[in-house]
Amino acid sequence: MSDGAEGHGNLLYGPQPDVAGAAGYPDAPPRMGFFTDTSVCIGCKACEVACKEWNAVPEDGLLLTGMSYDNTQGLGADTWRHVAFIEQRKPLAGQEPGVAHDDVDVFAAASRLGTDVASPGPGATAPPPDRAPGGAPAGEISPVSPDGRTELRWLMASDVCKHCTHAACLDVCPTGSLFRTEFGTVVVQEDICNGCGYCVPACPYGVIDQRKDDGRAWKCTLCYDRLGVGMEPACAKSCPTDSIQFGPLEELRERAQARVAQLHAAGVTDARLYGESPDDGVGGDGAFFLLLDEPEVYGLPPDPVVTTRDLPDMWRHAALAAVSLLALAAGSFVRRQR
Amino acid sequence: MSESDVTRDGVRHARPDREAPTGAHAGRRRRRRGRGRGEQPMVPEAEFSSYYGKPVLNKPTWKPLDIAGYLYLGGLAGASSLLAAGAGVTGRPALGRAAKLGAAGSITLSLAALVHDLGRPARFLNMLRVFKPTSPMSVGSWILSGYVPLALAAAATDVAGRYRLVGSAATAGAAVLGPAVATYTAVLLSDTAVPSWHEGYRQLPFVFAGSAATSAAGLALAAVPSGQAGPARRMAVLGAGLELGAFRVMKLRMGLTAEPFEQGRPRRLLRTAEALTAGGAALALLSARVRDRRLAVAAGAALLTGSAALRFGVFHAGVASAEDPRYTVVPQRERLRARGR
Ligand code: SF4
Ligand code: SF4
Repeated sequence: MSDGAEGHGNLLYGPQPDVAGAAGYPDAPPRMGFFTDTSVCIGCKACEVACKEWNAVPEDGLLLTGMSYDNTQGLGADTWRHVAFIEQRKPLAGQEPGVAHDDVDVFAAASRLGTDVASPGPGATAPPPDRAPGGAPAGEISPVSPDGRTELRWLMASDVCKHCTHAACLDVCPTGSLFRTEFGTVVVQEDICNGCGYCVPACPYGVIDQRKDDGRAWKCTLCYDRLGVGMEPACAKSCPTDSIQFGPLEELRERAQARVAQLHAAGVTDARLYGESPDDGVGGDGAFFLLLDEPEVYGLPPDPVVTTRDLPDMWRHAALAAVSLLALAAGSFVRRQR
Repeated sequence: MSESDVTRDGVRHARPDREAPTGAHAGRRRRRRGRGRGEQPMVPEAEFSSYYGKPVLNKPTWKPLDIAGYLYLGGLAGASSLLAAGAGVTGRPALGRAAKLGAAGSITLSLAALVHDLGRPARFLNMLRVFKPTSPMSVGSWILSGYVPLALAAAATDVAGRYRLVGSAATAGAAVLGPAVATYTAVLLSDTAVPSWHEGYRQLPFVFAGSAATSAAGLALAAVPSGQAGPARRMAVLGAGLELGAFRVMKLRMGLTAEPFEQGRPRRLLRTAEALTAGGAALALLSARVRDRRLAVAAGAALLTGSAALRFGVFHAGVASAEDPRYTVVPQRERLRARGR
């Protein structure tokens, strides 16, 4: 743990270009991550299901919340991907009613599926930014509102563990159960976790949680088992719209920039990236997002900071307080001497 | 930003039909916090958005009785060890014995509470696999594994009346580690994303130190004849001053995240703590004048209960702040705004 500390910040905070290297992997593969482009999410929940299936995550309640189509409500021990649904009275962008796709031969497009999509990285899902999927008007986005109404929009977003550059959960875990993988991701080892639950309130995103029946902590592993054999995570694999894209983080960041620019050009001025900047409070997320509104609308914190940033200061204050207590006790005994 | 019509209290406009008007109902819902007559909200209402009022954070899964109890008993033990050492130096055997027994007993209970929260004893040993300075829980486990044997040895040798040298060495050792035992728990709470725990990280160790002192003083007052209880009386007064003062400063500095301390159950607990601690300290002073054991016992009971109420109040306020997205979102928004983004 020495070579990664250059640049500003310390091991607990600030940009960290070589995450895996700093964690002790000298010849690590490129850092892998997710880019979740919520502008194309259709809320099908394929990712939620695929994650549960692949990782054998138990069922977590079948109640209907009544708040929206979202009955999962949030991330937890038994929900590693969560699709949020937000219904808003707001047009998506400049509306173009009456756009038809008469000129698209859907059967021809379908027959080309999977044959001409380049793979930008090992197991990567999405086409590079300059390649629009077959049949799509290149570089154009047409939010369609057939009957001319402009007042309602749905936002859907698939949330997941952010695999923070500086992961509070990992920092505070007293057993070393949470560790950094060679891909720069954050994984819990269930056989070591002792269920102290410290990681749960430490996570600034509300991701990791304790499973009720075994008391141990669980969260997304970014399909560590699949990554190890060169496969992409189950959620990204199952996403029909490529809303979830998997690949080397550097590459995803470039792709995300291009996508934001494209959306802005199309009049979707609300589009913004969330969690991609290495200068943010957690040193940048390994899983970042393209959002169409403020993060808090999606239940995400607007400016999360890894709690251990302040840890040196906390220890300093605790030491001062300990000394004060000592002095206080001594003071309680000296009076007799007067 | 725009808003959802579905709030934490349900759909805002009952059941929208197809002709439901749109767009005209702008205006985010403002929630009135702080019930009760004449109570002013500490901070002006802030507008904010959230995802159906769902919490941003996952709230602590710790059981209140276990963890708040663990914090309290650790403080009681740590400060008692200081009293024990002082009593040894100044020749107050009754005070020394009570403090040593108090320290040994409460730290044992404290460990039991921790193990109960973990589920099984082997899990505590698991903590000692590694030493991680970034994890206050790891640091705490190591402090405890040094402190517990010392505290137990100090008590055992005192009761046995033998091995004087070992006994005084253990007493001194426990007194060195005692303040750490009493204050590291503040870091344990602050090193989380829970707004009302994290934001107060500068003052919380002092609050806990003061509270540890009052509880140890309370135990000594209740158990020791008043001839030897002088230091305990002074410790009660000094500790109460530190605890109440630091808590005031903490709330002033915390801004919006101080609000959960002023609402509901935390408010009741903290008010009780304040009254009992201040009252207990006053009674302790009085008990020096009026030589009546009952007064000293009452003072001790008040101080012990007050200190416990404080830990429970702080614990519950933190949980409440994690449950309400307001305390996560609004301060972070303000931080962004201050940075000009
Ligand atoms: S702190 Fe939270 S979001 Fe970051 S890696 Fe840990 S669980 Fe995931
Ligand atoms: S619950 Fe498990 S993973 Fe979380 S901090 Fe404790 S030991 Fe580590």
